[in-house]
Amino acid sequence: MPATFAQKAIARAAGLEAVEVGQVVDVRPDRVLSHDNTAPISQTYAKFGQDFIPNPDRLVITLDHAAPPPTPAHAKNHTDIRKFVAHHGIEHFFEVGRGICHQVHSEEALILPGQMILGSDSHTPHFGWLGAFGAGIGRSEVAALWATEELWLRVPETVQITLTGHLSPYVTAKDVSLHLIGSVGADGALYQAVEFTGAGLRSLSIDSRMVLPNMMAEFGAKSAFLPPDELVFNYLAPRLARRTGMSITAAQAAVRENVLQPDAGATYSAHYEINLSAIEPLIAVPHQVDNVKPISEINNVKVDQAVIGTCTNGRLEDLAAAANIVRGKRINPSTRFIIVPASSEVMQDATNLGYVADLINAGAIFGPPGCGPCMGNHLGVLGPEEVCISSANRNFRGRMGEPSAFVYLGSPEVVAASALTGQITDPREVMA
Amino acid sequence: MSDNIQGKVWKYGDDINTDVIFPGKYTYTVHNYAEMAQYALEDLDPTFAKQVQTGDILVVGKNFGNGSSREQAAICLREAGVSAVIGKSFARIWYRNAINNGLLAIVCPAAVEAIETGQSIAIDMQQHQIIVNNTAHAFAPFSQTAVDLLNAGGLLPYTIQKLQAKTDSN
Repeated sequence: MPATFAQKAIARAAGLEAVEVGQVVDVRPDRVLSHDNTAPISQTYAKFGQDFIPNPDRLVITLDHAAPPPTPAHAKNHTDIRKFVAHHGIEHFFEVGRGICHQVHSEEALILPGQMILGSDSHTPHFGWLGAFGAGIGRSEVAALWATEELWLRVPETVQITLTGHLSPYVTAKDVSLHLIGSVGADGALYQAVEFTGAGLRSLSIDSRMVLPNMMAEFGAKSAFLPPDELVFNYLAPRLARRTGMSITAAQAAVRENVLQPDAGATYSAHYEINLSAIEPLIAVPHQVDNVKPISEINNVKVDQAVIGTCTNGRLEDLAAAANIVRGKRINPSTRFIIVPASSEVMQDATNLGYVADLINAGAIFGPPGCGPCMGNHLGVLGPEEVCISSANRNFRGRMGEPSAFVYLGSPEVVAASALTGQITDPREVMA
Repeated sequence: MSDNIQGKVWKYGDDINTDVIFPGKYTYTVHNYAEMAQYALEDLDPTFAKQVQTGDILVVGKNFGNGSSREQAAICLREAGVSAVIGKSFARIWYRNAINNGLLAIVCPAAVEAIETGQSIAIDMQQHQIIVNNTAHAFAPFSQTAVDLLNAGGLLPYTIQKLQAKTDSN
């Protein structure tokens, strides 16, 4: 039977020849992800009465959500995690300032095409950009995985999305994601996996590709997949070689070793075709991600704060686009322009390439690499009835602070243009 | 898992996300389960946590629990005394978190349509039906995995049993 990527990846992780949609199987993921929530997970783990962790090499832990810590309680949370990491000899641990877990594990080539990563973070489908199976799970499930190395998964149906054409200037993968979520709904892929395909995909950079599976969390998807190609292998191989010390030749082989591609003739529960050439800049209006409107319909929305960052849009390409828009100009004095790079590598590269200087000269404020204000912990939370335009992934009521605040979502280009004018602005207008 | 559940209904709409069920600002500082109850649905309905009674039933629309993977969004409801959540559909991580923490989550769109807030309803776990105004609405039985987890009292005792079985067989 022709199989989808999700079927093949779950079969591999379950040690089975093949699996059927709807089947519930026990899988053994290659990596188990956690972040600032590692402290409560370790408390759950302690209840199992097993003082060692089998194969601690599976664990990948990053301090990113409230980092550096804004309060003593958050600081203790990190202290508890460091003790746990030292006690169990966790090798793949990333300190405050290294960046957001999904970005860091990608940069470190800690997960490879065809492998499976499960994590207590809802944006774990992110790793589909490189052809891996990523899915979010709960904290207790991570504790159980640490202990028993296996967890039940239901084999999902798959939604297929074909991309054709090319993106227009100042239109991005974020707009493509918002188009899909807005037109189908936030539960468009509920309990299902998503597979992207089509010639349009090949035209997207690595940074742009990362946006698509990341945003599929807001589409209800369990996991999302992009077929890996040479661009992906050539991103991962030198990074794998750097981290492990293996030769580049060995790394080039290793990144291709477990590649899984869906079979022609596999069964899909739904199919959508998106012509990239026809997409316009879009905005998700408060307080739902599927409340999507063309930017031309958003008039006179004044913004108190503009944020570029997060696992969705805090990468080098995003900072480059923002720098290009604000270079030589000054932002609106009544708008705070906050930029939080997704990783220390992004920050370093953006500094070397002059983007950081361009942005600071225009009036931007830089936060340390990490999740930033995305989920209301620190570094730019919103006050009563404040309005924010953000390159993040969620605009839920109260997400960034006060429940009376308003969060609009758009591309980094839209955020940068809006910082300049002080109201939500089409980047094509300021660049005309 | 008890066979019959009765309770008073709190009914809400579609697409209720985990940020309004349990706000993000509490996720790395509130670790005590009992304390989580006082923040349940804080940004959706501030009266809920103050007035909810043990045994009450939450009735919701489609895609309940979408957004973050935070397990507190299931635990805070259980700790607040909610005996079951009946919905049109659940976001998958929230659903796993509910079952893993011994909180009944039942998909039954027909019952959701029929139920009004403040009503008393009954859930018959043996017959897989929800009784509203003497009318029974059937729901699909749980998967065997979910039944095993609920019977064990959640993932924690289930995992302890599994580790124990492994030790005993060695």
